[in-house]
Formats: sequence, structure tokens, C-alpha cells
Amino acid sequence: MFGKRYRVSIAVFCFFIMNGFIGIGFAGEPKNKDIILATTTSTVDSGLLDVLLPVFEKLTGYRVKTISVGTGQALAMGEKGEADVLLTHAPASEKKLVDTGAVTNYQLVMHNDFILVGPAEDPAGIKGKTSIESLKAIAAKKALFISRGDDSGTHKKELSIWKKAEVTPAGAEWYQETGQGMGATVLMASEKKAYTLTDRATYLAQKANIKLEILSQGDPSLLNIYHAMEVNVAKFAKVNADGAKAFVEFMVDPRTQKVIGSFGMDKFGEPLFFPDAGKK
Amino acid sequence: MPVMTEGLKEAVRLLVTLDPEVMEITLRTIQVSGTGTFISVLIGIPTGAFLALKTFFGRGFLVSLVNFGMGLPPVVVGLATWLTLTRYGPLGMLNLLYSPTAMIIAQAIIASPIVAGLTLAAIQSVNPKLKLQIIALGANRIQYLLLLLWEARLGILSAVIAGFGGVISEVGASMMVGGNVRGYTRVLTTATVLEVSKGKFELACALSIILLILTFTIMWVLSYLQQRGKNP
Repeated sequence: MFGKRYRVSIAVFCFFIMNGFIGIGFAGEPKNKDIILATTTSTVDSGLLDVLLPVFEKLTGYRVKTISVGTGQALAMGEKGEADVLLTHAPASEKKLVDTGAVTNYQLVMHNDFILVGPAEDPAGIKGKTSIESLKAIAAKKALFISRGDDSGTHKKELSIWKKAEVTPAGAEWYQETGQGMGATVLMASEKKAYTLTDRATYLAQKANIKLEILSQGDPSLLNIYHAMEVNVAKFAKVNADGAKAFVEFMVDPRTQKVIGSFGMDKFGEPLFFPDAGKK
Repeated sequence: MPVMTEGLKEAVRLLVTLDPEVMEITLRTIQVSGTGTFISVLIGIPTGAFLALKTFFGRGFLVSLVNFGMGLPPVVVGLATWLTLTRYGPLGMLNLLYSPTAMIIAQAIIASPIVAGLTLAAIQSVNPKLKLQIIALGANRIQYLLLLLWEARLGILSAVIAGFGGVISEVGASMMVGGNVRGYTRVLTTATVLEVSKGKFELACALSIILLILTFTIMWVLSYLQQRGKNP
């Protein structure tokens, strides 16, 4: 009698311990409340998602697991069904996923721009030049250039500009690849008095820590466009389709778009992102 | 170095005001690394004892394997755990990736060989005459084993300390299998990396200082247990 009760209570205890470990709650409203969001480092490093996600989680009851990696890796996770929803900024690469059917509900969310930054002395004299001419000048001067080198959205953009400038920088002594996130790369460029390509949001977020100036900006090829998309549940059965849909809808919701448009105004005096939902 | 002094001030402020997010990250760090170390003790001490006391074919190879495991790079363990736990990986149905459980698994894998290897060495360095004496006094096998473990307790506690030190300072595997999810899998090391990326060096310094204080406190308790009554 006693022995049996003892055994039962041990079983119950183990059950609770396991629950504690695995983190299954009984409270969650949605059936599968975890959403894996694979995104670029800039949305996290700039602090934007820290503002948006708590609102989304409170509104819907989902818990967003943000995996902040380069856009290349984020898209690869989407392509393999390892994430539920993506927020990335490499339209050309994203298009391939849309075409193969790996992702659906492809929605324009916002944009900002890339800028070429470098030391105030500007050894290659790129100030005011277009991005293509600037890279040509940097290559001609063999001025130090720091690249992400991690297949991220920014890196893809940088490579496309090198291509237009008809320069192959890979392997050159003045061209260094960090393989790190945008924040870390900007810091390195500052420490080494080098040029680099960055998104404006990360530059502004790091501005207090660095000695780099904006030297080239504003030409159309420097546009930085962010899209949100659902990983296709028809292709990957394990995807949390409801959660992904809710997240994409949230990102293009007029209220969210308003928050995006005003994010950074208080701290930097200018917005870091410009809302674009519904445009095109 | 203004960043460091600012960081120190920030650390004090966060600790004094019991900042909820920092407290939560700190508690999770203790929970994850503590559980990881506990599991590695459950695996490592019996393995180490077994290898120290039994002779069998292939023992030498197993010992080298354990010693090799002591140098396992956390990032490799992280990658292997990640690949195993991904949705479409071999254990994907468990749905464990990006959870504290995944981090505990990775940390247990990192710490187990450390605990096993140092336990093995601790038991082997017990005076062999003592082993004979214990047997001669008529101890049964369980008593023999417990007495030996008791005699080797200094070394075994060192094994636990080394295992814990290995996992609480580790960032690569935690980042990979935990994902540094805010409020869920963010621990002190991964939070520090993130704050550096954000350019918030003061906060990064503060988190580092809190990690140092935490590690020191835990090591101090373990050292106290180890050195109790051992004053020369």
C-alpha cells in the first residue's frame, strides 16, 4: 500500500521535473505557442525587435524565439524548414525562395538604406561619390575595407556593388572579412580606420562608440529593403503556420508600421526604418 | 578606461536595484549550468570510477577517449547538438532546439568527460596500500567503492569545479542550441555578446562583472566544501 503510493508520487514528481525541464506549460492559449523567427542581425542589434516583440507576444500569446543571424543563414533556415517565419533584407535571394515555394505570404515591411562609412580623413577621397565610384576609388588606393564576409544581406549588397564596380576584392590585402555581425564589423572598421558598408540603423546604434563618418549615401543601389515571409507549411509540416501568419500580419499591421516609423526618433533624432507595408 | 568604470557602476546599479531582466538571466545561467554540471556528475563520476577500478580489453582506448573529450571544443559540441536537435534532424521530434533543455544537454556533453577524466585521475592517485587495507578490513564491494570515493573526494570536487567552470564560461554551444532568446534561453555569456553587438559596452561590462561574481561565489562554496578541515 505504502510502496505503491510512494511509487506514484515519485512518478508524479518526475513528471513535473520533466515538465520544468522541457518547458511545457499548461497555460499557453495557441496550440503551438513557439514561433522561430530567423532574422538578420540589424533588426536585433538596432533594438527594433526589442520594441516590437513584447507587443506581439502580449497581443497573441505566442512566444517568439528570435534567432539573429546573417540573412544568408536565415534564408537557409527557411529553405530547410528550420524556422517558421523570416524577416530578412536580400530581395534577390529571397525571390528564389518564393519561386521554389519554400516561403509564402511574402510581404514588404520596411526599408532604410546602406551607407559607406570610413575615417574622417577619407584616404581614398570617396566623400560625395556614388557607391560604385567609391568602391573603385578604395580599390585604386588599396585603402583598408572591412567586409562582413558572412553571406548576410549587407554582404550580398556589398558584393553586388563590387561587381558593378568591376573589382574583385576577395583575397586582396586591403580587403578583410570579419565573418561577424554588423555591430561587431562596424566596431572593427572604426578600430582599424577602415571603410565598410553598413545599414544606417546599426551605424546610428553604434555611433557613440565609433569614429566613422558617413561618406557615401543616397544612390538608388544602396536601398535596403526588408521583407517578412512565412515558411511554407505545405512543404514543411512541422512549421508553426498559424504563428508565422500571425507574425507577418502583425509586421504589416498599420499600428506596427507606425511604431516602426517612429522607432529611433527619440534617441537619434531620425527614424532608423521607414515603414513600407502595402506599397510596391 | 571609462567603459570599465561605467560598467562597474552599472553592475552595482543592476545588482542593487535587482534589475528583473538581469536577475532572470542570472538565475537561468545558474539553472542551466547547474543542471548541466549535475548531469555530468551523474555520468562522469561513475564512468571515471569504473575506468579507474576495472581492467578490461579496450580500457586504455576508453581512457584516451575520455581525456580527448576533456578538450572537446564547445562550439563543435554545439554544432553536433544543433544538427541532432533540428526539426528535421534525428531527434527533431523532441522539439528541443532553442530551449534551456538543449543548452543543458550540450553543457552536460561538454562537462561529462572533464568530470570523468579528473575523477579517474583522483581515484587512481589514492594510495594503493589503502585499497588493500580496506579490503583486508572486510569491506564489501559497495563499502569499498564508497570509501575509495571518500578518500578521493578532494580530487573529485576538483573535477566538479572544473566541469562547472567549463560550462558556465562557455558561449559557443549556448548561442547555437539556445539561440539567445530573450526571456527564455539568454544567459550571461550570450547576453554579453549581444550587448557588444549593440554597442552597449557598459551593459556588457556589467554583465561580465555579474558573471565573475556569480562564478566566484559558486567556486568559493565548492572550495570551502573541498578544503573544510584541511588547513595545513
